[in-house]
Amino acid sequence: MAVWCPALPIDRWWLCREDSDTRAGEPRDMPVVLAGETAHGPRITAVSPAAWHAGARESMLLADARALAPMLVVHPADPAGDRAFLESLALWAQRWGPWSALDPPDGLIVDVTGVAHLFGGEAALLADVRGCFAARHVSVRAAIAPTAGAAWALSHYGAPDRASLAADSDPMIALRDLPVAGLRLDHAVVVLLERLGLKTIGDLAAIGRPALARRFRDRRAPAANPLVRLDQLCGRAPEPILPVTATPVPLVQRRLTEPVRHRDLLDRVVADLATALARRLEAMGQGARRLELALWKVDGDVLRRPLELAAATRDPAHITRLFAHKLDDCDAGFGIELVRLSAPWAEPMALTQVDLEHAAQAHGTSLSACIDRLVVRLGGGAVAMPVPRASHMPERAQRWVAPDPGLAVQEELAFHTRPLKLLDRAEPIAVIYQAPDGLPRLFRWRGHVHEIARAEGPERIAPEWWREKAGARLRDYYRIEDSTGRRFWIYRRGIAGDGRGGAPEWFLHGLCG
Amino acid sequence: MRPGHNARAATPLHRPADGPAPRFGEDWARARPTRWRPGLRDSDGAPACLHTELFAPADEASGAALALALAADAATDPADHRPWLWVQDKAALRQSGRPYRPGLPIGLRHRLIHVATANAQDALFALEEALRCRDLAFVIGEVAGNPAALDFTASRRLSLVAQRHGVPLWLVRLAARHDLGSARMRWDVAAAPSPPPRWNGDAPGDPRWRADLFRAHVFQPGQWNLGHDGAGQRLTAFDATSAAPCDANVTPDHGGVVPGAADRPLVAVPGGF
Repeated sequence: MAVWCPALPIDRWWLCREDSDTRAGEPRDMPVVLAGETAHGPRITAVSPAAWHAGARESMLLADARALAPMLVVHPADPAGDRAFLESLALWAQRWGPWSALDPPDGLIVDVTGVAHLFGGEAALLADVRGCFAARHVSVRAAIAPTAGAAWALSHYGAPDRASLAADSDPMIALRDLPVAGLRLDHAVVVLLERLGLKTIGDLAAIGRPALARRFRDRRAPAANPLVRLDQLCGRAPEPILPVTATPVPLVQRRLTEPVRHRDLLDRVVADLATALARRLEAMGQGARRLELALWKVDGDVLRRPLELAAATRDPAHITRLFAHKLDDCDAGFGIELVRLSAPWAEPMALTQVDLEHAAQAHGTSLSACIDRLVVRLGGGAVAMPVPRASHMPERAQRWVAPDPGLAVQEELAFHTRPLKLLDRAEPIAVIYQAPDGLPRLFRWRGHVHEIARAEGPERIAPEWWREKAGARLRDYYRIEDSTGRRFWIYRRGIAGDGRGGAPEWFLHGLCG
Repeated sequence: MRPGHNARAATPLHRPADGPAPRFGEDWARARPTRWRPGLRDSDGAPACLHTELFAPADEASGAALALALAADAATDPADHRPWLWVQDKAALRQSGRPYRPGLPIGLRHRLIHVATANAQDALFALEEALRCRDLAFVIGEVAGNPAALDFTASRRLSLVAQRHGVPLWLVRLAARHDLGSARMRWDVAAAPSPPPRWNGDAPGDPRWRADLFRAHVFQPGQWNLGHDGAGQRLTAFDATSAAPCDANVTPDHGGVVPGAADRPLVAVPGGF
């Protein structure tokens, strides 16, 4: 069964508006258009019937539509929200069949094989679908056919009185009058076929397979190859659907008869919840990566304490200990009456028998537990690991990511000798050198004068012209050692007379080992 | 049943000791090496000391570099691929910079986990948590100055945790006074002039450090001129005046033969672009 919601964005906009204004049942006669931003200004993405009559069309520039119909009501489009709404519709549509799949942007495919008799036949099933969607105030066209492709063609282009195709009928004969756009082809292919004079599916089928196969031999994607789509329509080629499945968030909560106002009682509740959540996660064979503790207070306020973990865990003592740090600053007010602990992000985790706290005393903690403890106290950005980045600029050649020792990194660039440590900001130094482009002799840094005994360079590093402004100056790096043996990495920004600013400046960038 | 028998079984008179028995008297004096040298191990292969302090100036990276060299020297298993931790407080980060991966030793650079803390107190917490972790090869701490949080008690805590869990700690003290501390070895580190490389006499050579062991639990105090020998990248003690190593059985230094990854010419173009 294919379900098509022709006006999904507009319907959803009305539903959101009614939710907020509580004006359900009002006639929808406002000329509403939804507009999305493009490179050439706002462009209309969805049109309500009233606006359509006023002259606005889809993919029209908003300025043109306003010139035609000044009374248009414009609201921003929300494609991500429409997608999420469609996903929830797909889950809801599993009331009619065991599997349902998305057909973006505004359709659903439901597998109703062997299901129709439960609703009293295909006609009654379709009537049920229309009734349910009408109750949700979403306009819909639905059709049932032996294959997904035939059902899609019928729902989009079929006559309203013919919404189901019997299981023993040949789709190629029954659907031969429908336009070629009913084959789920790309727009360019549809235009091409219409220029060739092939307007209906029957025309296309009459040409014969060899001619079609030769003409579209280099098109691999089904949406660009009419022959594949014809085969899928007839059921000669398989077309597996990718079903959506709901994954419930593991969640436990305690409703407290007496509001809690003291910290030790709250800790006790959190420990109980952690144990219950661990049991639930264990039953699902999963471990939590992200946890959220929500506290409902008597005055209606909600405190949320999110937490992320370095590795999947379901150890109650570990979870309780991490939340103990997070609860230090929470204000109970008149008391907390409901505590809920959920794990919005969980990962598969095999059953093991470990006891982190006891093991920590005896054999030390594991790396992930150590990182968790550090992150909870010091903050997420404090613990990091350097990974190479494909850039020859010294400060861009590494970047810091969350620690993960198993992280696979790409081949690093083979630089000439680099310093052990790099200053976060290169510090300006005053340099005396013999010739404007010669080696430096003396420099002053942090109030001390260093006499340069040895120097190597310059290593010329040009700016990344694809990232930086046109006036960025090149750098000449020198590896130097002063008279007492201290080794530094200094550079001169620019060269005299490069026409990109005044005299070159010197900076100290790194400390060598 | 006799009550006396029961009580005796419950509380044995001689409990077995947790660690190796302490050694005293002549055995101890004979087993004690009088002078430290690079690559020295215990009789059972453990590193000579688990908590070391290195006092270094803040304007150079010699403290961290020698700590890394000593850590690599003390590593018992060459195939060890556990990560290691580098903790820096904010002042150390500002004064001496952040670790730079392309400049770290080859075998260590992919295993670094860096912790930047706002103050010395957090740095001590991070060090203690890290020493408790069995998945770390070693821990390097960098603390600037003499913060009030790093007193003798904190130092003793670090020593105890390091000994209990067997994770070595190298604590670099940048621009710090020699205050009270419980580290088993305390060094004074400064950069030393490097030997001239073979191929370019004007360039800086392999790093050398002047290391002064001024307080040690087991060893005699002394001074060394430490550096890596050319080919093996092994920590070696050199004479302060010449480039030759102190030990006769170590190959002489050829002054930093250019490694394979870095053999492209560095041509100074006089006129620029």
